Amino acid sequence: MAAGRSGGYISGMVTELGHFALILAFMVAIVQMVVPMVGAQKRWTSWMAVAEPAAGIQFLLTAFAFAALVWAFVTSDFSLRLVTLNSHSAKPMLYKISGTWGNHEGSMLLWVLIVTLFGAMAAWFGGGLPPALKARVLAVQSAIAVAFFAFILFTSNPFLRLAVPPFDGQDLNPLLQDPGLAFHPPFLYLGYVGLSMAFSFAVAALIEGRVDAAWGRWVRPWTLAAWIFLTIGIALGSWWAYYELGWGGFWFWDPVENASFMPWLLAAALLHSAIVVEKREALKSWTILLAILAFGFSLIGTFIVRSGLLTSVHAFANDPERGVFILIILGVFTGGALTLFAARAQEMEAKGVFSVVSRESALVLNNILLAVGCFVVFFGTLWPIMAEMFFDRKLSVGAPFFNAAFTPFMVALGLALPLGAILPWKRGRLGRAVYALRYAFFLALALAILVWALQSGRSAMGPVGLFLGAWITFGAIVDLWSRTGRAGNFGRILRLPRADWGKAVAHTGLGVTMFAIAGLMAWEVEDIRVARLGEPFEVGGFTLTLEKVERVQGPNYFSTMGSVILEKGDRQVAVLNPEKREYPVSRMPTTEAAIDYRFLRDVYVVIGDRQDDGGWTVRTYIKPFANWIWAGSLLMALGGLLSLSDRRFRVAAGARQAPAGGVPAE
Amino acid sequence: MKRLILILIVSLLATPLWAVQPDEVLADPVLEQRARDLSKGLRCLVCRNESIDESNAELARDLRLLLRERLVAGDSDTQAIDYIVDRYGEYVLLKPTTTGANWLLWLAGPLMLLVAAGMGWAFVRGRSVAAAPAEEVLSAEEQERLRRILEE
Repeated sequence: MAAGRSGGYISGMVTELGHFALILAFMVAIVQMVVPMVGAQKRWTSWMAVAEPAAGIQFLLTAFAFAALVWAFVTSDFSLRLVTLNSHSAKPMLYKISGTWGNHEGSMLLWVLIVTLFGAMAAWFGGGLPPALKARVLAVQSAIAVAFFAFILFTSNPFLRLAVPPFDGQDLNPLLQDPGLAFHPPFLYLGYVGLSMAFSFAVAALIEGRVDAAWGRWVRPWTLAAWIFLTIGIALGSWWAYYELGWGGFWFWDPVENASFMPWLLAAALLHSAIVVEKREALKSWTILLAILAFGFSLIGTFIVRSGLLTSVHAFANDPERGVFILIILGVFTGGALTLFAARAQEMEAKGVFSVVSRESALVLNNILLAVGCFVVFFGTLWPIMAEMFFDRKLSVGAPFFNAAFTPFMVALGLALPLGAILPWKRGRLGRAVYALRYAFFLALALAILVWALQSGRSAMGPVGLFLGAWITFGAIVDLWSRTGRAGNFGRILRLPRADWGKAVAHTGLGVTMFAIAGLMAWEVEDIRVARLGEPFEVGGFTLTLEKVERVQGPNYFSTMGSVILEKGDRQVAVLNPEKREYPVSRMPTTEAAIDYRFLRDVYVVIGDRQDDGGWTVRTYIKPFANWIWAGSLLMALGGLLSLSDRRFRVAAGARQAPAGGVPAE
Repeated sequence: MKRLILILIVSLLATPLWAVQPDEVLADPVLEQRARDLSKGLRCLVCRNESIDESNAELARDLRLLLRERLVAGDSDTQAIDYIVDRYGEYVLLKPTTTGANWLLWLAGPLMLLVAAGMGWAFVRGRSVAAAPAEEVLSAEEQERLRRILEE
């Protein structure tokens, strides 16, 4: 609290400078949007050359503005309206920092910071790009930044002051005070906004009227990076929901979740179709369209979350002015790009020739399944609004619909994946691919049948999931193995390009996640009871005893903490401490589930209320393979990283490096 | 930020209550299992995209108890669901029915798949047929050149 007053003068200065930097960045962005674009049309080199320094300056200014806002949160400068509404002096430092983006204004500033970061990265690392293309890409990227700078400055300014600063703030929502969630939005935004780079490349290529293999090679690293960030961001959010919301759900098909899942699906499709552009010069116009749509869905995601349109009943961000503004941004960018696409797409002549059975066709199938899957999610998410507007029906579309309507596409994708991945480019023979995968297929089938027999009488979801996971994983191994040549030269596997390893690892990750989701849903055990102190009870082969319940005080909360002894047979496995917390400032209760994380299963314990007879409500879940869901997601991200580090991208990106010190610590 | 809204709503409504309380659980495990399965498909009306099975809200508890009452009274699954839909409207169903305009929702995916598969097939066929000659047939002059290159 003292910091707020003693450092008040300096703090106030920094905040004003941050506000000023933000306005300057807006100006620079306008220049960078116009000058290089005109230069590229007129072939004026000096005008085109403006883009590179402008992108750097724009990023540094925005980074300064963002740092100033972080500083205001760290020093608890309650003269800022935003800090007062979302922070508290007694909050732990990590959450003071993450509080910067734990609100609308701050999160939009983070959004635009990442837009400018990607622009600067393209300016610094895009040494190998032709000057005109580079100028256009940076101009389009800057146009996106201009739109969001305007949005922030005119509707969501984080630097607004309070005339009379209060003594202390109103605290961040306690549910958000969590390490998993502190880093969830930055990753998600890096993903969303990373797709803006693919969008800028697509629009620049349309203006230029030229798409070739080199274009595919330039656009793919950005798409890969965006997809990796989205994967990690979604996994973090889902993991957070799993341990924090108190019943161990990990995916709810909520509109805001779908908002991040749709760009992920399209980014996955895009990074596959860009391979075809790069290697075979086919699927060009489709890839351009995907790049536009993928970023379009990122904007739709931002719109859904920020406007509160889909949550009309209890909207938090229910501010029509902001919603309309984002809708205009969405309309201008996707509408404009699609119009440009309609006018220019015919010029993208396909070159590559391939037969019906080929890697190219398999990747077309991949794109069909991912894109239609995305469409189903999109349609389901918007259907309640459409039904109300056009048919006057008020209805809900929830998890049961998505599970039924979306899952078949992923099952089909999983079934086709190993076959498609092993087919050669140009022309292949299905019989040969099937023959190569025979062991993988029968091993996966045998495993599934074994489990089917063992589980006796439960749903088929577990065995089916196991089959898919095993089939994809073994398929990836066979694919790698087939590269050793006839002699079975193992050393050759290790020397394969990293892109091949990335493919195998990412596909395995998908298999692991698919299996884990099916396994968790099929084999979960749940127990709800009133537990009396010291009286053991059995759940799924474990013995649990509620030993004691205590009142504990945390830094900014009070807690009711139970001690549950978890035993298997006579052996004590763990002591679990489920908590119920109350945050006095925001007067909000949260649950902190206690989880014994193990390789094959989690034991998940939640404590509820004290009953009249002195017992406590205790909910216990045995969650098999829960960790595998996120381990699989991490494998996917790791596969993406391996692929990103492949030599051909490093070569394509050019040897030029960013000057040391060019990237600030933020 | 994607959960911010959910969180706020959940937390606004989060009384220190719990989804499915021990005192709600029916003595008959078969009946209880049916109740659990059905409540996963029913929406908590004051929550955001939560089923009454997951929700902590008071109203969700009332619905859970009502559903169990109907089942104990001997209703079939459909009867119990119809009873609740009659009172709360189809908004309560998390899985939309296939009646009226909803067929659009259910068929959107399969129809789009047909369209996409048709377009994909046409494209792949086009690629495999169209360019085949360009790749395989060399003019006499080219063949002569190729022969010379190979000989060198």
